[in-house]
Amino acid sequence: MADNTKTRELTCIVCPRGCNLTVKYEGKNVLSVEGNICPRGEKYAEDEVICPRRTVTSTVKTEDGGVVAVKTRETIEKEKMFECMEKINSVVASLPVKIGDVILSDVCGTDIIATQNRG
Amino acid sequence: MLTKELVIIGGGPAGMSAAIAAYEDGIRDLLIIERDDSLGGILQQCIHNGFGLHRFGEELTGPEYAWRYEKRVRELNIPVMLSTMVLDITEDKVVTATNSSEGIFQIKAKAIILAMGCRERPKGALNIAGHRPSGIYSAGMAQKLVNMKGFMPGKNVVILGSGDIGLIMARRMTLEGAKVHAVCELMPYSGGLARNIEQCLNDFDIPLKLSHTVVNIHGKERLEGVTIAKVDERRRPVEGTEEFIACDTLLLSVGLIPENELTKSAGVTLDRVTGGALVDQNRQTEIEGIFSCGNVLHVHDLVDYVSEEAEIAGRGAAAYIRGELVPTKNTTIKTDGKIRYTVPERITSDGDVSVYFRVSDVFRDKKVTVRSGDTIIYQKKHLKLAPGEMECVKLTADKLRGANELVFGLED
Repeated sequence: MADNTKTRELTCIVCPRGCNLTVKYEGKNVLSVEGNICPRGEKYAEDEVICPRRTVTSTVKTEDGGVVAVKTRETIEKEKMFECMEKINSVVASLPVKIGDVILSDVCGTDIIATQNRG
Repeated sequence: MLTKELVIIGGGPAGMSAAIAAYEDGIRDLLIIERDDSLGGILQQCIHNGFGLHRFGEELTGPEYAWRYEKRVRELNIPVMLSTMVLDITEDKVVTATNSSEGIFQIKAKAIILAMGCRERPKGALNIAGHRPSGIYSAGMAQKLVNMKGFMPGKNVVILGSGDIGLIMARRMTLEGAKVHAVCELMPYSGGLARNIEQCLNDFDIPLKLSHTVVNIHGKERLEGVTIAKVDERRRPVEGTEEFIACDTLLLSVGLIPENELTKSAGVTLDRVTGGALVDQNRQTEIEGIFSCGNVLHVHDLVDYVSEEAEIAGRGAAAYIRGELVPTKNTTIKTDGKIRYTVPERITSDGDVSVYFRVSDVFRDKKVTVRSGDTIIYQKKHLKLAPGEMECVKLTADKLRGANELVFGLED
């Protein structure tokens, strides 16, 4: 049987330490993760080779002509970042906005929430 | 003249943390002076995530991180003067400030904490040939326009300098529909965090051109393009490597400078390497009762460390006001050049001390070594050390006892 094991070198983005990770995987099966110093790095490496995910942060227009900072509550598939941005840029938030308010729900499998108080 | 036990200059992450720490240490007669119309400082425009992992164990955006502290400042009813500019401080701790309701006024303080942060190094300091068309911004200015005003500075972008703000803005402008053609870095390594190279450049296939700089700016009214070139080991452009990139926007992310005009007016000597004051382990400057913390002291890469440092200054100021900050020794800290600087650079009493430092170049497989005379009092191996990443060494009281001078260095 042919050995289909692949190896990828990654820089962990979970924290500022930026560990260099080596992931061995076969198809969608992660065989090993090395170089991480915390369990979050292992999870990141697994996601990264199977289905990379990212938090998207941006701003949404507010009804007074300003903007309010927002983020995806959970990470979304990396492939969907621009789709997410399109949705974010299609709405105008009414004021006041409080940190944690849902600005848009069900975008790429999560909510867009405010990260700033406005109005 | 109005009097206060403690005046904190700056209401960003450092100022707020310092104020909270001083309050929790018993100081009630205190005041935060902030020139902007709200608290939070630069964090307000840093809408990306990645703040607070050390402090809170979760990934917050800049505004969310700032809000945690602002909420606490409000809960404790710590007085804050917004839209107020401090014009001068003196050695005997008289603060002169101005705002639209009070005009110019003075406050006599028992202690002052300097928490004014830093500003971006401007292009004027860079010496690039060509005209001065519109379309050239510091990365932080672009960040403010995009994230706080809702304006895009341009559509085709080149970024000079790979500091974190430049990297963050490469991603931000890309997500908002701009094309970022390249990030040029004069040095052979990036000044930003590895994670930001990964998630801000690699995720979007934005090329990072190391050992490259902008040698010419094209366009008279509006920027039309830049010429970039490779540089040699001595950072001089190499002839024949020039490349023209058409763009309408050039962002500069070429370093930050602690904003120490007030510190200088008080007569505090600045460190030539950090651009900030020389301080002891309590972040007290050479003038008794004047403390400094956060990016005005030395530029940090993580706000978590700013908060930590500001709390040290806050507690130090509280102890000073109570008359408990009496120096019992004077241990100086020197560096070997491979380590560029340390904060603090002197230790004036017994106890555990965390020393923060940066290295001067990228080093691999080196041991961070602290010597007291001939004795090694601390040693730890690092696989990689880079100037862009601040490190910390915790020295325990028993190791520090009796030391006159410590030397921080990198050894094989």
